[in-house]
Amino acid sequence: MYAVLAMIAGIALGVILEPTVPVALQPYLPIAVVAALDAVFGGIRARLDGIFDDKQFVISFVSNVLVAALIVYLGDQLGVGGQLSTGVVVVLGVRIFGNVAAIRRHLFKA
Amino acid sequence: MIDPHDNANDRDDQPPTDGASPDAARPPGPSASPAEPENTGTDESARGTAGAGARPDAADGEPTADADADPEPTADADAGPDVGPDVVDGELAGEPRDDEVGAATGGPRWRRIAAAIFTPKLTAANMVIALLLGVLGFALIVQVRSNANESTLANDRPDDLVRILSDLDARKDRLTTEISSLQNTVQQLNSGAQSQQAALDAAAKRADELGILGGTLPARGPGLVIDLIPASGQQIPANTVLDTIEELRGAGAEAMQISGTGSAAVRVVAATYFTDTTGGVDIDGATIGGTLSITVIGDPQTIQAALSIPGGVDDTVRNDGGTVSLQTPGTVEVTALHEPQALQYAHSVP
Repeated sequence: MYAVLAMIAGIALGVILEPTVPVALQPYLPIAVVAALDAVFGGIRARLDGIFDDKQFVISFVSNVLVAALIVYLGDQLGVGGQLSTGVVVVLGVRIFGNVAAIRRHLFKA
Repeated sequence: MIDPHDNANDRDDQPPTDGASPDAARPPGPSASPAEPENTGTDESARGTAGAGARPDAADGEPTADADADPEPTADADAGPDVGPDVVDGELAGEPRDDEVGAATGGPRWRRIAAAIFTPKLTAANMVIALLLGVLGFALIVQVRSNANESTLANDRPDDLVRILSDLDARKDRLTTEISSLQNTVQQLNSGAQSQQAALDAAAKRADELGILGGTLPARGPGLVIDLIPASGQQIPANTVLDTIEELRGAGAEAMQISGTGSAAVRVVAATYFTDTTGGVDIDGATIGGTLSITVIGDPQTIQAALSIPGGVDDTVRNDGGTVSLQTPGTVEVTALHEPQALQYAHSVP
């Protein structure tokens, strides 16, 4: 419940403050957000499976974000940032789809 | 990290099952190779067996434990050697089995979701998770808004930017050409308007001149007034008047009018005729008698010289017993107008 409330609070904060993304972070923020979403869906699925572990979730959340940003950073340094971030988004999107499918099976048995 | 509360609660509901320990031993093995299709495959098969009966659920718990591994494959590998995840996994792996045995419907799962969402406990782990999710929500909305705000050019690749730039350059060239051609047109129109104005002025001037020559416009200018005074009891004959007019025309007179004693002035034009009649001279239908006063616009000295040449107007009038008197007031006005005749046959050549 606190997590949901905190997310709502974060969204409200973002809407109210209307901050601008620093230029240095602009390429990484979208990828990091997608990676974090992947971790969140994975956590929800683990919760439904009954094997949710706080530590595992926190570590996977942080490492997902960091690894995604690192991959994009590397891609930028190598000159293939656009393609690599596309690849990361595709991979994360596939994982999110898989997790959502598992959640769906758990909740609706279909 | 201090999750045992949750797990302990769950564990209270269910009797300790013997299948738990072998299941728990499984996950770390397959989790090292997280292949998505494989997992979904086992999920499907697990779902298929779930409907079969209560006992095969022992197999059901196993694939779910497998599937658990793939949301966070990397983290799972880390978690392996950590604080006895075997125990946690084992407990939870047994859980779905319990639910399926108790009720085949989805009710308990929903109840568990609700229980998870509305946990009243605020542990350190929950706070960390809440913090992470708050940051996620914040970052999500920030990214969405910045993406909606910022111009699309900032995200474009250099190739696209080069193409856009060249497009803009080509467009600028076209517009520059258009500007110069339009400026040419403006200049042409301006000069056209000027020449048109000049033509209008010339036409107006010409119309004025023609109006003066044709007698339809009043005129003013240097000139003089000539009085032909007949001998008492006589009239100036039409021949003398015609000679005088011809002499004046020859001397460069540009506009003339002639009036008699007590009669209105008549404009002298090319078609003016003079005939003798009782009481004077019939000029264009008007009888002019007595002292004839001719107002003429032209060079006064030339006209004076023309009138006084031997055998000229002066001599003719004197021979008839009359006199000629010249007045030079400087500027004279010819105000009488000639009614123009409507042309019936003649048309201008375009």
